[in-house]
Amino acid sequence: MIEPAEIVKRAFDIRQIRTDFPILNTTMNGKPLVFLDSAASSQKPLAVIDAMDEYYKTGHANVHRGVYQLSQKATDQFEQSRRTVQHFLNAEHDHEIIFVRGTTEGINLVASSYGDKFVRKGDEIIVSGLEHHSNIVPWLMLCERKGAVLKVIPVLDNGELDMNVYAQLLNEKVQIVAVNHISNALGTINPVEKIIGMAHEHGIPVLIDGAQATPHMEVDVQALDADFYVFSGHKVFGPTGIGILYGKEKWLNEMPPYQGGGEMISRVSFEKTTYNELPFKFEAGTPDIAGVIGLGAAIEYLQGIDMEAVRDYEHQLLIYATEQLSQIDGIRFIGTAAEKASVVSFLIDGLHPYDVGAILDKLGIAVRTGHHCAQPLMDRFGIPGTVRASMAFYNTFEEINALVNGVKKAIDLLK
Amino acid sequence: MKPGIDAIQDEIIEEFSMFDEWMEKYEYIIDMGKSLPAIAAEYKDEDHEIKGCQSKVWLHAALNGERVEFTADSDAVITKGIIGLLVRVLSGQPASEIVNANLYFIDKIGLKEHLSPNRSNGLASMVKQMKMYGYVFDGKIKSENV
Repeated sequence: MIEPAEIVKRAFDIRQIRTDFPILNTTMNGKPLVFLDSAASSQKPLAVIDAMDEYYKTGHANVHRGVYQLSQKATDQFEQSRRTVQHFLNAEHDHEIIFVRGTTEGINLVASSYGDKFVRKGDEIIVSGLEHHSNIVPWLMLCERKGAVLKVIPVLDNGELDMNVYAQLLNEKVQIVAVNHISNALGTINPVEKIIGMAHEHGIPVLIDGAQATPHMEVDVQALDADFYVFSGHKVFGPTGIGILYGKEKWLNEMPPYQGGGEMISRVSFEKTTYNELPFKFEAGTPDIAGVIGLGAAIEYLQGIDMEAVRDYEHQLLIYATEQLSQIDGIRFIGTAAEKASVVSFLIDGLHPYDVGAILDKLGIAVRTGHHCAQPLMDRFGIPGTVRASMAFYNTFEEINALVNGVKKAIDLLK
Repeated sequence: MKPGIDAIQDEIIEEFSMFDEWMEKYEYIIDMGKSLPAIAAEYKDEDHEIKGCQSKVWLHAALNGERVEFTADSDAVITKGIIGLLVRVLSGQPASEIVNANLYFIDKIGLKEHLSPNRSNGLASMVKQMKMYGYVFDGKIKSENV
């Protein structure tokens, strides 16, 4: 395992970074691929692809079960990934790291397990108007089961949260606050430290959806004092189908298991089952071992890069993209928060996002169009959706130029 | 007499064969969308809407003798253009033939991707809905002829 102190960060070199991601050298519709949809799912470096390949070729066996060497080796690698994630989030204990399928499952786990134990009729749950459906629907389902009420922190015109209303929403009936660290649709970076601090003054725990934050910034769950923090492997340059739920030990110990099966028990008879200790209590069944190993490789890859430089570079991409796009007649940006990740969400006057996306596709440019699984947010702005270009550290200024020219071409064709 | 479904499809394939570049095809489709006869305002409602997630489609069908007349619209122009092509092929055709139509022209003119449910533009559902109208009207005609 790589301990934080041992990590030698390599200097940020965009040309070298791009050679790490084989897919960036491919074409789409006969044009060089310009991939500007990393907020939906990021591309994978060779380090991840090779780690998973190697695992299946030489390292596969079920974990936590076999007495033979191969199973032991797989278990070691699996548990090493857990510690890699622990260091990545600066969690206090490795058993606070639960492997789940993704952010969605992590939120569902908390809504189901924490919700069953702590939420009662008439209680309140707070989410924000910036949330992805995956941080709305599990809470709505919980509210329906329990007769609880969902309260929403409103979004200001610039895409920031209305913190004054948030302060008013906090009261003794609220059992949990669930907000995202960065908005997937607009890129707004929320003041999560403040959100958590204000909730804690009322003794309310907070879940942070970190799906969009973990690819862009260093996260320290102890410094944030987050009670739960969830993210997806596939957005941090790792494989699909694996994600992380971090939970403070005290909450995870109090929460009942989410699913029953093998691994999560310490003893089963037909009369009574004794649950296993953390983290296994929440990891029923054979896990996605290759996914866990791939995620570990992705995080080690990220830890090898100077994230300060990454943040700086992505910020420059954002400023450049915003400046260049703002010269186009009839463009309207949705989301102009002061603190933003490298996401540009926009509309062109008189044009449907679908049409713009379809033309960009033909030019080899991959953007996301539509409501971004955040329909309440689109309703808030009275729009059907946006065109969203989301950048990762492997994108270049030339690719921004291609996007700007592509949008101009789309306007020529469509108007 | 309106040409049959396959005759119109072949006509469209022939028209598209003149285009070398995707841009020309798209310009043609966009023009087609712009010239598509408007759907009556009263049918542009929730009942006639086919939810496609990204772009919306409205479809109305009426039986005229044994033939089905379609009118349709979309809020996105490329979607509207493809609707224009589908209406051109299927509107005014006998209900029984709409049910069994094999819409091969979409693939032949290189627009297959727009009909993919993954595009969530409502077009895939629209084709299903047009055939459903054909099926229902065909059943109605047959039961009346018994």
